[in-house]
Amino acid sequence: MTKSELIDAMAEKNALTKARAELVVNCIFDSMAEALLKGEGIEIRGFGSFTVRPYKPYSGRNPRTGAPVEVPPKRLPFFRVGKELKELVNASRAQFAITGGDDPDDDEDDEDDAEAGE
Amino acid sequence: MTKAEIVQALYSQVGGFSKKESADIVDRVFEMMKETLARGEKIKISGFGNFVLRDKNSRPGRNPQTGDPITISERRILTFKTSDKLRKALNKDGAPAPTANKP
Repeated sequence: MTKSELIDAMAEKNALTKARAELVVNCIFDSMAEALLKGEGIEIRGFGSFTVRPYKPYSGRNPRTGAPVEVPPKRLPFFRVGKELKELVNASRAQFAITGGDDPDDDEDDEDDAEAGE
Repeated sequence: MTKAEIVQALYSQVGGFSKKESADIVDRVFEMMKETLARGEKIKISGFGNFVLRDKNSRPGRNPQTGDPITISERRILTFKTSDKLRKALNKDGAPAPTANKP
């Protein structure tokens, strides 16, 4: 599901025009992004929470070429899945294959991303 | 930020919705995302990030309290990948202090 598919689904199921649904969905994610930019966490009960975590600089390597690179300090949002959603997702394993991504690992642009823990 | 603050942002910035309607709409958005993820479908929100599902095989692990070896069962997990745009915005004013906002 992409953002525009979420907008379409919101319009259809809530009797909103597509233009209104677009304003709604953009407003929600823009306000969440603004909170993160202020370094503020976000908590959505039943869904999960976001915190902004600082990462120290480290020396890494380009995984493709092996060339050493200095990774500067950075801050990244960290998402912790809510208990209810975590259980829903795990229970869906038996019933549904994973869909919605043409890129199986979604890692084309995240070579410096830490693998999220469990 | 809590859901109530997202509701407030929707109420004050979009207009035309009552507070109750704004609250219902925010609930619907997160419900819809939950339903989507619960049928195995990933979500990509451009400018924000991707909610990615992964199936993990069972693997050996240890009980962190006792150190006893145990088998971690196979499972499906949800992770979040921040969009490039948001990641750049978070780091645009040079190097952030690594000690700020420690968990």
